[in-house]
This record gives sequence, structure tokens and C-alpha cells, in this order.
Amino acid sequence: MAITTDQIKWISHLARLELKPDELSHAAEQLTSILNYINLLQQVNTDNIEPLAHPLDVSNVFREDILKASISVEEALSNAPNRQADFYGVPAIFE
Amino acid sequence: MSASTNNLTEKTALELIKLQEKGEVKAEAITVAFLESIKAKDSKVKSFLHLDAEKAIATARTIDSKRAKGEKLGILAGVPIAVKDNICIKGTITTCGSKMLEHFVPPYDAHAIEKLLQADAVILGKTNLDEFAMGSSTENSAYQTTRNPWNLDCIPGGSSGGSAAAVAACESPISLGSDTGGSIRQPASLCGIVGLKPTYGRVSRYGLVAYASSLDQIGTFSHDVADTALLLNVIAGKDDRDSTCTSVEVPDYLANLEKPITPLTIGVANEYFAGGLDAEVEKSVREALKVLEGQGAVIKQISLPHSPYAIATYYLVATAEASSNLSRYDGVHYGHRSEAHKNLIDMYCKSRGEGFGAEVKRRIMLGTYALSSGYVDAYYLKALKVRRLIRNDFDAAFAECDVVIGPTTPTCAFKVGEKSSDPLAMYLSDIYTISCNLAGLPGISIPCGFNSKNLPIGLQLLGAPFSEEKLLRIARMYEKETTWHLKRAQVS
Repeated sequence: MAITTDQIKWISHLARLELKPDELSHAAEQLTSILNYINLLQQVNTDNIEPLAHPLDVSNVFREDILKASISVEEALSNAPNRQADFYGVPAIFE
Repeated sequence: MSASTNNLTEKTALELIKLQEKGEVKAEAITVAFLESIKAKDSKVKSFLHLDAEKAIATARTIDSKRAKGEKLGILAGVPIAVKDNICIKGTITTCGSKMLEHFVPPYDAHAIEKLLQADAVILGKTNLDEFAMGSSTENSAYQTTRNPWNLDCIPGGSSGGSAAAVAACESPISLGSDTGGSIRQPASLCGIVGLKPTYGRVSRYGLVAYASSLDQIGTFSHDVADTALLLNVIAGKDDRDSTCTSVEVPDYLANLEKPITPLTIGVANEYFAGGLDAEVEKSVREALKVLEGQGAVIKQISLPHSPYAIATYYLVATAEASSNLSRYDGVHYGHRSEAHKNLIDMYCKSRGEGFGAEVKRRIMLGTYALSSGYVDAYYLKALKVRRLIRNDFDAAFAECDVVIGPTTPTCAFKVGEKSSDPLAMYLSDIYTISCNLAGLPGISIPCGFNSKNLPIGLQLLGAPFSEEKLLRIARMYEKETTWHLKRAQVS
């Protein structure tokens, strides 16, 4: 099965990842080869097998809802590429 | 300088602790010795991305003055340590080997870092890795390729290649890494040192930059098994900030280290000696098994029938989780933001396109595809079912064996550039290490020989979940009878 350049464009759109033209054609070729290898899994009979998403038998770990100090606003914003007052700055969403 | 303080940088952490306790050397002198070793060798080995020389010396001085006053000291007092650059240290740049995080300064310490500081360790700096821990050679770092201290033309392994090479080159006595599919054990094997990936949930992942959350685990590098036990004593244990970090009791891993496990049944899986295994590696591993047999161990042939599917399973599970985890790099909260954008969506796409390297993009794409509508059942869900079968194989094995032993890697270190243009060939170098992460098991690689080109060979021991104490004691049984762990690479 071969992945087409159009499929790569769609996946890169879903992933919000801009690829240059040479990256697009290269990605099609490499993903095809990796997926052909991965198709090995189709040989395995997995009827009635429960999926294992996680190695530990834990679910819904709760803790007490106690108010406590966290990092400061200054620290939280210290890595912001664009800061506007006490907010993260982003390009305008509404025209 | 007395004979016992010669070659400080070749000593183990426990030796350095004893020398300080006897008053033969100060923490400051130890830290300076390792910083000088880095200065002399790191332009060739390239283990470190950042050094914190001033802070390290200041910390060492504080420890010396606490000791002089008779104050209580932590169990790693005055021991230098290097940290993989995907583990957050407050106020110290943490790049993950990526241009995306070129200027990122974490506002908090990882849980493992808090533990190191409480133990009075001296953090030297941050080590190189494949970008976001995705790779097996450090060639995917956006900054530099680390070299193998045993042969500078070869890769050190990855993704924790910087942390492994730093210990092998005697630039640091111990270090921290992370292991998602072999990223500690594979470089430990290729660099001739000890590398431990603890059970999933043994060490908190709080402050470890996420790659694949159901597989990632922080672990250790050292010259010998005792130092691994010591460092695990420091970092293991419950942390409420990682809900997958369990409250399973943490034993003192050093207390019974010298006691052999008897009786001892070793599982040897046919699948780990199949085609692709280098003859010299196989010979060393078979000889290592004989050393343990000589101590009364019984070898049992076992089968892990689903191991041929581990790599395919891993590259769906890990990439699916990565595609989700790495969506946080959107150019808003931290990380690279593209200057030239038309609108918000375009800003996301361009920032990510500019900030990520080729392998990271490849894995995000693969993971996005595996999770996309119409493909999720055929790929991601199928992989999770095979993952269950892989775990079942190990559960059956550990019902009749104490440990599963085999090679850590199919070959010794390969040349820089040899596999960098073929992602699939690179993925296959993790063939023996990957199942352990999918099943959530602890695994350790210990040195067990050298090939005819003087490149190290590693022995991998896998145990049942939370059996680190037993695993370390079995590793020590082998180590005690051999001298591989005493060898040091001479970087010239």
C-alpha cells in the first residue's frame, strides 16, 4: 500500500505541521515503507484480545482538592513567545 | 594527592562518597576534577549541551562546609551527576535537543531533580539526546552528534547517548536518562556501562518532557551495579504529581545487593538469538550465561512468541502518543513561534514546521495517521491488542523464571551516518529493548565483553514488574565474577 502526497498533505494538516515540498514527497516514500513493515501486525490473530493501553492496572487516581500555591504569573509567562500584559499574545482570531 | 585520590574521574559514586567520608578529598575537588575532564574531552565526545560549572562548584562548596560543621548530608553528597536534557531543572535551559525549545527555561524542577538535590548530588549540566528522545544514535539532536568514547567514529546509541557517553568517558560518575523503547539500555550497552530502565511507575515522570506517556520512564547510568542501586534509592518512589507513579514499597536496593539469588532460573528466549544477531555479541552473551550457570543458575529455554511484532507495535503506540503529546508545541505558551504567519492556524503550522526536525515530524505524521478517522482500528487499536499479547508472553515467562536474559542490542556501536538515512534500519537496532517498555517491565543492561574492534557488548536482564531488587542482585552476581565494569574508555 502506498501513501500518496495528497494523503500526506491531509495528515500534515491534521497535525498542524507545515511541510516543505521536498519534505512532502520524502514523507510519502518513508511513511509507505514504515507502514509496509507495520502491516506485519495483520498476521497476528487478536480476536477476543483486550487492548492494553497502559502497563499498570490503575484507573481514576484521585486526590483531595486542596488549594495550594502554584507557580507565579511571572514564572508561567516567562517562556511566552508573545506576552500581552498578563496574557499570552496570539494572532487575531476574528477578522 | 594520595594514591586513593588518583584518577578521581575513574571512580564510582560509592568510592567518591567513601573518600569524602574518610576526609581524603573534598566535594569541590571532585567536581573540579570532573569539570576538567569535560573540558579536556568534551570537544571530541560532545556529551554535554550545557554545563553549569559555577553552580556545580558552589553546590560542592556548600556540601563541604556542611560536612565541616558536622551537619547531616544526603546519600549522594558531593557526587557529580549529568542529566539528560529532557528532564526539567528550574532556571536551567532544557532544549530536548530541539530547536523548538532552544530558549526554554523551566519554571520548576522535575521530581527526580528534587530528589537529587535533597540527596546533595552536584548537577554538572545537561546532556545531548535525539530530539525529544526520538532516535537511537543522538544523530537526531538539533545541536550535535555525541560520539562513542570507545571509538569516536561510532555513535554512542540513543536517545540518552549524551548521558551514556558522559559516564563512559569519565566526564561524570553517574547520570540520568529516559527510556521509551531502549533509550537507556541501548546506549549503556554500546558504551560499556550499566543502564537501568525501572518498572513503569517506579520513578515519577513529573518534569520529564513527555514523548510517549505509557512507555516513558526515567532511569540511570553508572559504571557498576552498586551505583545503579544507590541512584535508584534516590529517585524511586511515590509522587502525587504523576498519577501513574505507584505507592509500591521501595526497598533499599543496596542492602542485599551482594546476596545471590538462589535458586535462580534464567529464561533464555529463542527469539532473542534469531537472525540479525552479530556472532561476536552472541558469543559474549552465551559466555555470560555460563558464568551464571557456574553459580548454580538453571537455564530454561522459553519462547516470547510475539516479540517479532514488538517494533511494529511500538512504532504505532509511541507515535500515536507522541502526536498527541507534542501538540502542546503550538508557539503560544513556550517554544518557537514563527514570525511569518497569516493567521492563528498558519502560525501553529509554521511554528511546528520550523521548530521540529525530520524524525520528530516523521513520528508525528505516523502517529496522526494511526489515530486518524478510518485508520484507528486497523493501526492503533490493533497495536494495543498485540501489546497485550506481548505482555502475556512475559507474564507466562515470569511464572517459571526469575529473569529473562539475552543481548541488549543485535550489534555493537555502528558508525556515525551509517543508518541515519534509513529510519527503518535505525528502528530495528532497538529490537531486543522495545518489548520491555510495551510490557512496563524493568530492564538493565550490563557490560559483558568487547568485540574484536574493542567495542563494548551489553547483556540485558528483564524482570517482572517491580522486581528491581532481584534484577540488580542477579546483575551483581554476574558482575562480581567479571571485570568488564572496571574498564574505562581512554578518549584521545
